[in-house]
Formats: sequence, C-alpha cells, structure tokens
Amino acid sequence: MARNSLGREIPDTFAGRKLTPYADPWSLQPHAERSTRAIRRLTHNGSKLVGGLREAVIASGLKDGMTISTHHSLRNGDSLLNDLVREIDALGIRDIKIASSSIHVVHAELIPYIKKGTITGLECGVNGPIGELISKGELDCPIIVRSHGGRARALICGEVPVDVAFLAAPCCDEYGNFNGYYGPSACGSLGYAQVDAQHAHKVVAVTDNLVPFPAVPVGIPQTVVDFVACVPSLGDPKKIVSSTTRITTDPIGLQIAKYAAMVIRASGYVKNGFSFQTGTGGISLAVAEHVRDMMRKDKVKGSFGCGGITGYFVDMLEEGLFEALFDVQCFDLKAVESIGRNRKHQEMTAGTYANPFNCGSVVNRLDCAILSATEIDVDFNVNVNTESMGYLLHNTGGHCDVAAGAKLAIVVAPAIRGRLPIVRDAVTTITTPGETVGVVVTERGIAVNDRLPELKAELIRMRAPVKDIRQLRDEVYAITGVPRPIEFDDKVVGLIEYRDGSIIDVVRQVRR
Amino acid sequence: MAGYQLRRSLLYVPGNMPAMLQNIPLFECDAVLIDLEDAVPLNEKDAARVLVRCFLDQYKARNKEILVRINGLDTKWALDDLKTVLPGMPDGIRLPKADSPEIVERLDTLLTEFEEELGLDIGHFRILPSIETALGVINATSTAKASTRLIGLAFGAEDYTATMEIERTKSGEELFNARMRVLWAAKAAGIQAIDTIFADVNDMDSLRRETELIKRLGFTGKCMVNPRQCDVIHDVFAPKAEEVEHALQIIDAIKRAREMGTGVISLHGKMIDAPIVIRAARVLRTAQAHGLVDIEISEEDIHGTE
Repeated sequence: MARNSLGREIPDTFAGRKLTPYADPWSLQPHAERSTRAIRRLTHNGSKLVGGLREAVIASGLKDGMTISTHHSLRNGDSLLNDLVREIDALGIRDIKIASSSIHVVHAELIPYIKKGTITGLECGVNGPIGELISKGELDCPIIVRSHGGRARALICGEVPVDVAFLAAPCCDEYGNFNGYYGPSACGSLGYAQVDAQHAHKVVAVTDNLVPFPAVPVGIPQTVVDFVACVPSLGDPKKIVSSTTRITTDPIGLQIAKYAAMVIRASGYVKNGFSFQTGTGGISLAVAEHVRDMMRKDKVKGSFGCGGITGYFVDMLEEGLFEALFDVQCFDLKAVESIGRNRKHQEMTAGTYANPFNCGSVVNRLDCAILSATEIDVDFNVNVNTESMGYLLHNTGGHCDVAAGAKLAIVVAPAIRGRLPIVRDAVTTITTPGETVGVVVTERGIAVNDRLPELKAELIRMRAPVKDIRQLRDEVYAITGVPRPIEFDDKVVGLIEYRDGSIIDVVRQVRR
Repeated sequence: MAGYQLRRSLLYVPGNMPAMLQNIPLFECDAVLIDLEDAVPLNEKDAARVLVRCFLDQYKARNKEILVRINGLDTKWALDDLKTVLPGMPDGIRLPKADSPEIVERLDTLLTEFEEELGLDIGHFRILPSIETALGVINATSTAKASTRLIGLAFGAEDYTATMEIERTKSGEELFNARMRVLWAAKAAGIQAIDTIFADVNDMDSLRRETELIKRLGFTGKCMVNPRQCDVIHDVFAPKAEEVEHALQIIDAIKRAREMGTGVISLHGKMIDAPIVIRAARVLRTAQAHGLVDIEISEEDIHGTE
C-alpha cells in the first residue's frame, strides 16, 4: 500500500496488475512502443459477411480468458453488448474481460453473466447499477475506470490488449467499410471505435444497415475490418441520440451559467482564435448560449469547438463563429446530420481528442472548457465517479483529459444538490486533480484556483461573486450540515486511473 | 435612505418550499416577497410560517429586502403569520387586499404592538400594500397615506382583473386606468409605485414590452414570479448611458454651486435645482446597482449641508 501525491492509499497490485501511484498531471513519461497486432492478409475480394453475432464470435476465434470491446456511441440505446455477451455465454465461453469505451445503464443485463463467470473483469468505467452492485460487494468483478484519453492510451500502448472488437456499424458494406452517419442506428461520429479498429487483434463490424459497396464516406475502412455481421437491430434509436438537447430553465442552473460566462469573459480568451468545449447538460448549454452571444457581440471568429457535439455547436459553426468542430461523439440529431455533410465538422478519434501519450491531442489546444462535478473539494479536486452513498455510478468521460489540456477548465455545479453539499472538505473519489482545475462556479459564488491570481483580480473588478473555496464550503455546510463520512471496507473493488495510467484513486467496498 | 431603496424587482417565493427559500440569498432581485398567502395550500399554512421563520432566523447575511406576504387581515391566519414571522425580522409585510386605508391602519397598529413586544423602534417594520381590487383602486389615494410605514403601493393585476370580471391580456389595455390611479396615489404620497407580476415565464419579449410600458408610466419596480425574469426587468430599469452621463454632470454642477454658496446653477443652459438633483441621484444609485458607475452618492451631495 502506498499513498499517492493526493494522499489516497493505493494498493501495490490490483487484479494481478502492478500499480503506479499518481504523482502529478504532467511528469509520467511513456516507456512503451506502440502496441502491435498481427498483420493479416485477405486474398479474397468477396463478402466478409459471416452471418449473425454468434457466427461472428465463432469466426473471431474468441476463447476463454480473452478481452472484447464495443464502443458507446449508441449510449443507452445500445443493445449490441448485451446481445453479444448472451451469444458468448451460449457458446460456453467464460472468463471474458470487457474493455468497451463505456458501459451504460442499459447494460445492467450483463449482471447475471458477471455472476455466472462469463464476464470476469471490466477494463472500463460504468454508468449505472453494475458499479453500484460492485461497490456493495454484491458483484465480484474488478473494474478499472479510465478517461476517454486514458482508454485510448491504454489500447494504443498495449496495456489493454483487445482480442476482438465488436463495433456497431450504423452504415456498413459487406467488405467492412463503415460510418456512423446513416441508418436507423445513426450516431454520427465513431470517435471511440476508431481506436479499437486500429488496435484490436480482430475487428468485427456489426451492422443493422448493410448497404451496397462502398459505404461512403468511409469512417472506418475495410483494411482493418476482419468480419462483418448482420443483426436485426443495434439498439433503440430514441435512446441513441436525443431529438433535441435543451438549455436548463432552472433559475439556479441559469445563475451558474451566467457566472461561468463571466469567468469566460474575464479570462480574455474570447477573441479571434477562441476554442471552447462544453458539455451537453442544461447548464453547459446555457453557458454555450452566453458564449455565442459574446462572440456575436464582439465579432469574434473562433477556432474550434470540441468534445461531444450538440446542435448548439452546429449552429455556431454554421453561423461562422467557429472555423471547425472536432467531434468525438454526436449528442443529438442535428449533430449527426451535420457531421454527415459538413467537412468542417470533423470526426476525431478518442486518441486525437484526449490521449496524453502522443504528439499533442486536441484538448491541448482548448482555451476554455466547461466541466461538471458530483463533488468538489477545497483543493479543487473533482469527483464525477462516485455518488453520495459511495457507489461507483459514473464513468469519467473526458473530464480529467479536458481539465489537463484546456488553458482554463471551469467546473460548474450547484453548491447543494437535494440536501447534499457539493463543495466539501474532501471528495469521496478523486477523478480530476485540483491542479488542473482553474475555477469552480456555483450559484453561491465563484472560487478561483490560487494559481490564477490575474483571473481572480479581473473577476473581482467585474464585481463577480468571487469567494475563497473554503468560504464557499462553509456557507454550504452552514445550510446542509457536515455530512457523516461514508464508511468503507478495506477491499478495493475498482481503480480510478488517471489519463496517464497512474492510479489517482481507488473505489472501496461500501461497509454495510 | 428609504426613498432611495432600489426596489426594481420583487420576487415571489412560496413560503412552503424549502428548496426555493434556501436559494433566496442567491437571487439577484432587489426584494423577495415570501408568500404565506395564495401560494400556500390551506393544509400547509402552519408548516409554511414555521418554515419561513426558520429560514429568516438562519439568513443572517441579508443581501436583499425581505417582505412577507401574510394572509389577509380578515382571515384566521393573519395574526399567527405575524406572530411567527416578525421575530425573524423581515423588513416588512406585503399586505394583500389593501382595499381601504383602515386595513393598512389595522396592520400598522398590530405592527406597533409587535415592535413594543420585541423591543424594536416603532416603525421598524414597513408595509407594502397590494392594490388588487376595484375597491382598492378607488381608495388608493387615501390608502397611500394611511401609514408612515408605507414604502410603496403595489398593483396586483391578477386579483384586480378577477374582481373586474375581465381577462388579463398581454398588451394590458384593461389595466391602464387602474395602473394610473395607483401611480397617482403613490406619487402624491411620495412613495414608490410597484407594478404587478407578468405570469408567462417563457415569454420574455412580452415581459420586456410590459416592463418598458410601466417604466414609461412611472412605476419604478415590478413584481415577478420567476427569477429568470430578473434580467429583463433590471435591463429595462437600467439607466441609459447618456442618462448616467447627464446625472454625473448634474451632481458635479450642484457640488460646484454649493462651493459657491448657492443651491441653483445652470448646466448647458438649463437650471439645476433640488428636484433635478434628486432625480439625478436616483439615476446614479440605480446605475451603481447595475455596475454602470462606481461612485457613492451621499445625502450631503444631494441635499447639501445645513
């Protein structure tokens, strides 16, 4: 057991892997070659169609103990992973690790297969009940939570060797070219799947929309796809993308957005060449609207918008407020429709987006980014993984990647949710180190990290409600009281990996 | 200072909703009207007043004016409302259905009794009566002079249109006479005139039109039902840049005049005297609240020294 630089106790090993405790966001250097896979030679020019999912599993050569992956661009509408594990189980294959780009609430159907031993490890973060059961000790399955950039790094460095990637392919031809732009399961960007397509030992494109060769524009090319499988449906289109994403109408959320906009204004970054990332939640979109108004008013021509893309960003692109969009994942129909036709709306891989171990990812070029938080502590550390009961309920997403990359990472969150203090002494789990967080914006005030004294002075000059983060915590505690600490057992059930592969925190089993 | 209390936006907050009460310190309105009357269902009247009292007790760092809308004095709840809430030290009481000066006088008497009991200066608690019936409108002139505690008259269009048996429209022609009568009454008594709520929280354009209208008529504040309406209302009441510039020149001129030993001076060929200075000071204080200027206007600047 060792303490990492943030004071969290990290075991020496976990699920057979030797661990490196987190030290700081920057200094860990890679000592690895790019992962390799066998070069294949396909001599036939006919169809790569093998039939359905079961045939694809058989054709891929999947065996006991191997690792599979899927991508999460179908989000909570995805049915591929559930169907796949059912087939794997039916074939009697056991001890499979899942290294998908994310797991959603819909994948609670996997629980019986984890209990049964079909699935014995999760090399990815989870959203929803699987994490809760693992936190409670009701499900025994080691789990390693990675950020989007961290996952790309782990695959590229070979830390997580994916034996077979089963990639949902919304528009696919029989020779394996596919894209995410068209078809009943259209999801737009396939940014996460790109990494698997390049690094998994075997790649299966799974489609519910087989089109005549060639499927264009080619997102993922025939040259990396071993097999094509056809299924009746990849999922529920209504849950794949929302028809619209909306700005919050909650006055508190709007107030937070207004303060966040003041921070962006005070930062001085809103000028020609401005780059920006925001989330898809109601507050983030309200911030985006303020930013749009600022850019219009000042006649600013921005450089790029980035991250999960919504119709709001598409509108800003089309209005000429940004030169380009870098899109790792489309969040609504408007974004899907745009990426299929607009060359300035660029698909980017998760590696290009956020991998820390390359010659520079897109997050490094961000000026301002809006991030959310489940909890924030007085050192600006942020938790987005565990909730108030201590259960692991959320994946990291790009949180720590964007915080590290952006010049100014702005965390927006209500200071109080329900009866819970969100700004507090210590976060339950550290997802993102405070060193990479610039400003915390709540409805009760704006706390600026000490490393940004000029921004703080400018905000005070603008009469923004700047407060010391400890003052903010005290105000919140005066209303909510100080929460009793959650009691944990010693048993570590999951790792929170920082983007560079070091361990920033662990998830322990909650004491019952 | 009472005459200069900035009271552009007065937000109704239901007294029975802890989550809303808890956020009162955060809203950017000038005043809140914590409601024990219409927003609170009959079976929650007791609970709401206790909740409001608890909130007031813990809301120490007051950053806006707090008025409590009690139940009508003719109801069985009004006295308990006052008894429970006043020790929590609100700034005043929003009195519903102030149909006649007698109703205001009755509240004045009750407040005096409570002030004696609580050891406060007489006149500590202010009153903002609601003129919200046909009778109330007719009696507004005398109601406006019924008590020295009055900070203004508030027009309530929802109840007013109900008593008139008419529909309220977004253009508001039906309210014109009543608004004018409330305005005359308030201005004649030297108190503030505060306009009614605008109910459609999603229609910001109509809210802006209505606020612009009532500002032109003479209202200097508006009640509201949702904090989202605050920005529009403040924006409309914000002084224009040229108004601010002119007001700064007036204050500067009158200071020079006083140095010369006179209370009257000419600026750009127009006479500057006390009423113009008072209006300029009001503009500048409003401008300061909007963050448009960074100066403090003292009473001495406005009235000179004796």
